[in-house]
Amino acid sequence: MDGHAEYIVSLVDVDKFFGSNHVIRKFNLNVRQGEFLTLLGPSGCGKTTILRMIAGFEDSTSGMIKVQGERVEDKEAFERDVNTVFQSYALFPHMTVFDNIAYGLSVKKVPKSEIRERVKEMLELVQLMGFEGRKPDMMSGGQKQRVAIARALINRPKVLLLDEPLGALDLKLRKQMQIELKRLQKKLNITFVYVTHDQEEAMTMSDRIAVLNGGVLEQLDTPDQVYKFPKTKFVADFIGESNLFDGTLEVISDETARVAGDAGEMMIECCPVEPGEELTVCVRPEVMKYSKTPVDGFTLSGIIKNMIFVGSQYRTLIVMDNGYEVKVNRVKPDKDVKEGDRVFLYWDLDDAVAICDRK
Amino acid sequence: MNRNEVNAEVLSLEKRRNLKRNTLPALTMAGPVTFWMMVFVLLPLVYVIVISFMKRDAFGGIEYDFTVANYLEILQPVYLKVIWKSMKLAFLTTAICILIGYPLAYYIARKPSKVAAKLLMLVMIPFWTNTLVRLYSINLIGQPNGFLSNFLMNIGIIAKPLDILYSDGIVVVGLLISMLPFAILPLYASIEKLDKAYLEASSDLGAKPAVTFCRITIPLTFPGIVASIILVFIPSLGMYYVPEALGGGKVMLIGSLIRNQFLVTKNWPFGASLSILLVLITLVMLWLYTRIARLDDMEVF
Ligand SMILES: Nc1ncnc2c1ncn2[C@@H]1O[C@H](COP(=O)(O)OP(=O)(O)OP(=O)(O)O)[C@@H](O)[C@H]1O
Ligand SMILES: [Mg+2]
Repeated sequence: MDGHAEYIVSLVDVDKFFGSNHVIRKFNLNVRQGEFLTLLGPSGCGKTTILRMIAGFEDSTSGMIKVQGERVEDKEAFERDVNTVFQSYALFPHMTVFDNIAYGLSVKKVPKSEIRERVKEMLELVQLMGFEGRKPDMMSGGQKQRVAIARALINRPKVLLLDEPLGALDLKLRKQMQIELKRLQKKLNITFVYVTHDQEEAMTMSDRIAVLNGGVLEQLDTPDQVYKFPKTKFVADFIGESNLFDGTLEVISDETARVAGDAGEMMIECCPVEPGEELTVCVRPEVMKYSKTPVDGFTLSGIIKNMIFVGSQYRTLIVMDNGYEVKVNRVKPDKDVKEGDRVFLYWDLDDAVAICDRK
Repeated sequence: MNRNEVNAEVLSLEKRRNLKRNTLPALTMAGPVTFWMMVFVLLPLVYVIVISFMKRDAFGGIEYDFTVANYLEILQPVYLKVIWKSMKLAFLTTAICILIGYPLAYYIARKPSKVAAKLLMLVMIPFWTNTLVRLYSINLIGQPNGFLSNFLMNIGIIAKPLDILYSDGIVVVGLLISMLPFAILPLYASIEKLDKAYLEASSDLGAKPAVTFCRITIPLTFPGIVASIILVFIPSLGMYYVPEALGGGKVMLIGSLIRNQFLVTKNWPFGASLSILLVLITLVMLWLYTRIARLDDMEVF
């Protein structure tokens, strides 16, 4: 067994051009056996293209794609041991639910009795018993979704690729299907490569998240790590909300470092950056603090623009002198300050993350 | 999701479809058209039906006396043979049209829409030249001392001059050339509408291209195929100028037979009964088509 066998899908230096449009850039990704990996990124960043290259619907321009350690670039889609759940479901409209689910087996000439057995198994798995005689257009979105999943799973693929499978469902059904999908994935122990542009969905379902931007892999980490330690400004901004302050590292003492930005000075914990280098300090709204008097080491200040209740929490917007708007979230309203007050910003040093985003 | 919710959802789905099928407004809109159809199609048709049950008088006119003799006459072997042959040639023409038309339509439909539009133009252009001119040019090419014959003799493929003129074969060629665009257009329309995702899904599930073609592409474009068959078969069956131009007097088809009854032998009632037979065949085919189209719940036009 070579060192890479634990990776069920690997993309090595993959590039993809559509004409002169460079859509995927030097993309490297290793998917582990049995994990739920999500490709997350804004619209048009190349998520679908990556799935399609793994499935075999699209050729990569250069680079290597491996499934179970074997190169697959020369294999057609029907020869690859991966299955896809399409965003539009793509259920065959002229076939019943039964025939749709059975398709993968019947093209492999599996005996009829076994097909019946396994389709029944699948129908139970996705809780659609009694629907086998229906045509797809007589089913609701959520039901079609289940059929699509059953159809893709019946071949017992090593990897299931899902392209925004819940995109067409309403919020309530979506939440319910998220839980069901996760349950299925755990139960069957199949590797899921899942595409979404909904970060909450990615956060709740994934073992690891690959954040993409413009065809580039920005960060690959657990949801927790991606949120707590964003590696790039893009990730910090895209995953959750953040306040970002650009600056230059000035002095490092034993445990702390001082950063000078154009908005003022601030303090962070020590980080692997040399004095004189540029960095960005990221502070999440829920850990951002302010006071009416200056705090040691910080010279950031601004005027409170407004304080509003946004459902689950209170949000304070503070406009800094350079125009940048700082967001602060609190569970309880702050009675001590009012709109128009000048406040000084600070944070606990371990709440700030230094991003060295050299691009 | 519980059962009730599911059922309610399906019910509302069904309701929406029924609304879509609601034909009353459509009928009102079609009112004027309906009127002209009555005047120019229905009335003449009724007239033809009426005379098909009349007798022929001694001078080639119509004697208004009810009889079914005209229909019984169709059953005479000599006429049955003509009908049989017409069906055979029309069937052959249709089959070849589909076999040539489908790949062609598929090829065009898979091109980007701009290119496809140009290719479709190319398909149509020959059909703006006069049909008779085209048919007689085939006639010329097919002459025993014509271009094709001389060419084949010169390069040594055949020893004797070609004897293809006035044969069934060249009539089919003529029919093909006249009918091909009518085969291609509905095929193109249905193939073009076919969502590529279905083909990808099929391939994804392990189906080889040939299997995908048989189990997905053909069934999903079936309404187009049937439309094509009807658009080719029906006119081929009744076509009389093609056998006239290429079959000489030798290849007698039902179209020519009808024409002869009206214009040559002046037996209008018999000609009328043959015409009604053609109309009936057409109706049966159209009925079959609506059945198939509804089965798949897809409309080609
Ligand atoms: N067949 C194609 N031909 C040309 N360009 C394409 C093609 N498919 C995708 N692209 C381009 O590649 C880029 C990435 O597209 P892709 O569909 O992978 O994005 P995505 O991340 O899936 O976006 P979304 O979230 O909107 O689905 C886009 O700029 C798109 O315009
Ligand atoms: Mg996409």
